[in-house]
Amino acid sequence: METSEAILKIKNVEVKYHEVILVLKGVSIEVPRGGMVALLGANGAGKSTTLKAISGLLKTEDGEVTDGGIEYEGKFIHHAKAAKIAKDGIVQVIEGRKVFEHLTVEENLKVGAHLRKTGSVKDGLQMVYHYFPRLLEKRNETAGFVSGGEQQMAVVGRALMTEPKLVLLDEPSMGLAPMLIHEIFNIVTKLNREERISILLVEQNVKLALTIAPYAYVMENGRIVMDDSSEKLSQNEDIKDFYLGMGGGVKKSFRDVKHYKRRKRWLS
Amino acid sequence: MELFFMSLTTGIMVGGIYALVALGWVLIYKCSGVLNLAMGELTLIGAYVTYSFYEMGMPFILAVFLTLLVGIVLGFLTERIFLDRLIGEPILAVIMVTVGLSFFLKGLIGYLWGSDTRVFEPSVFDIKPISVGILKISPVYLWSFILAIVLLIVFVCFFKYTRWGLSMQATADDETAALSLGVSARFVYSAAWAIAFMSAGVGGALLGNINGINISVGYLGLLVLPAVVLGGLNSVPGAIVGGILIGLLQNFSGTYLDQYFPGGVKEIVPFVFMAVFLLFKPYGLWGWERIERV
Repeated sequence: METSEAILKIKNVEVKYHEVILVLKGVSIEVPRGGMVALLGANGAGKSTTLKAISGLLKTEDGEVTDGGIEYEGKFIHHAKAAKIAKDGIVQVIEGRKVFEHLTVEENLKVGAHLRKTGSVKDGLQMVYHYFPRLLEKRNETAGFVSGGEQQMAVVGRALMTEPKLVLLDEPSMGLAPMLIHEIFNIVTKLNREERISILLVEQNVKLALTIAPYAYVMENGRIVMDDSSEKLSQNEDIKDFYLGMGGGVKKSFRDVKHYKRRKRWLS
Repeated sequence: MELFFMSLTTGIMVGGIYALVALGWVLIYKCSGVLNLAMGELTLIGAYVTYSFYEMGMPFILAVFLTLLVGIVLGFLTERIFLDRLIGEPILAVIMVTVGLSFFLKGLIGYLWGSDTRVFEPSVFDIKPISVGILKISPVYLWSFILAIVLLIVFVCFFKYTRWGLSMQATADDETAALSLGVSARFVYSAAWAIAFMSAGVGGALLGNINGINISVGYLGLLVLPAVVLGGLNSVPGAIVGGILIGLLQNFSGTYLDQYFPGGVKEIVPFVFMAVFLLFKPYGLWGWERIERV
């Protein structure tokens, strides 16, 4: 990947929680300006931690970047405060649809706009409603009571209200019906293309992620173990086997114990 | 019958002031989960500060306005000095700090203003009661009530419509999510303390106008606790209704029960009522029950 036009460069980042638990063991990722990059991996691989390290939310959980650096727009931000990072244009959409339950949908969006200039809040709302017409219908309802898909839309919309340059999307598909997942991913793709917002997408739904992001990194045990264009990755035998569940073109059965004898070669 | 209406109007009017103080409790609890036990002292400080400005010869309204400004400053200072470094520590520790703060402020007040009862001199409001039909309302109550309601409306609008108010509510709901959008928790906490100081302070000034200012105004500040709990600890409308309810209870019990239980039945009834009420509605009137989606 060309390094010249990267909006975000993570170089060899190491993260420790409570000063002892080593969670990330040297992660390097680059997100091109206006591009979309997927970060894949199993539970506990360190994907969310990577996002939190970028957005600064790590500090609220007593985590810290102990080595390496995170460079955004040519400046190192891994010691900056979360509020400052958000102000500079990086917004993280936390996993699990964390809407402000007791506020209405529109108030949720307005909270996202709290750093904006007064006049531009309306423009922002218009933009969000343009991409998420459903939110317009539900704008005066209490966010805690709208459906899961609408909550996810509200959360993404809320992030858009901050006028971000880079959105860190953490598992937008979690717990949603396939129809809704497609709807949301279509919108995300549109946002990436039309608004030129760079996106770093964390996803467990590997198949889906590889179809919408042109480039992907694979994480395991706090390390990046592979990175390539999505096309190549989806052809890769290991990826097929371990993440897409269709290695060798033959349907595998869990009764087939030999299946487990195959090691992930990249792990040392 | 006249007695009944007297108690009713006085109850509602004093209740308005309680509502103002209750708002202070609710705010701090809502934003940071802390029960601020120094609230009584905040009330007292407000009363004394207004008194001091008034003594300098300022009009009462100006004195109240300046008290609001002093409230902002003191609120920010308190948060920065005492509570900022406790962000992220167990809530109980923070509550204990507010107890310490309460004693500290009490001492400071004694040092600065002494312990004699102070009275607003010359009296701010006309002493002659206003007659409305069979009702006789003393202007102190009426004006205090109006001022309290105006301030309440201002604060509620602040929460509902301004970005700062909204971000405070957002932090109360989900701190991490608010942080991810660039809402600074420090700012929110400071703002909560500042507003608590303001509302409690003005509440204190108004109460001081009615009975004179001494340490008991601080106890009145604490008496508001049942109002807060009744309304639901994190509900702003709940605080207002709860405040008025406590005002009514207090006055009615003073009127009708005092002859059977002489002494401070007025002060106890609100707490008794709170205890019984909570048996049936443990979240208060409009407290947050967790929204569970099925």
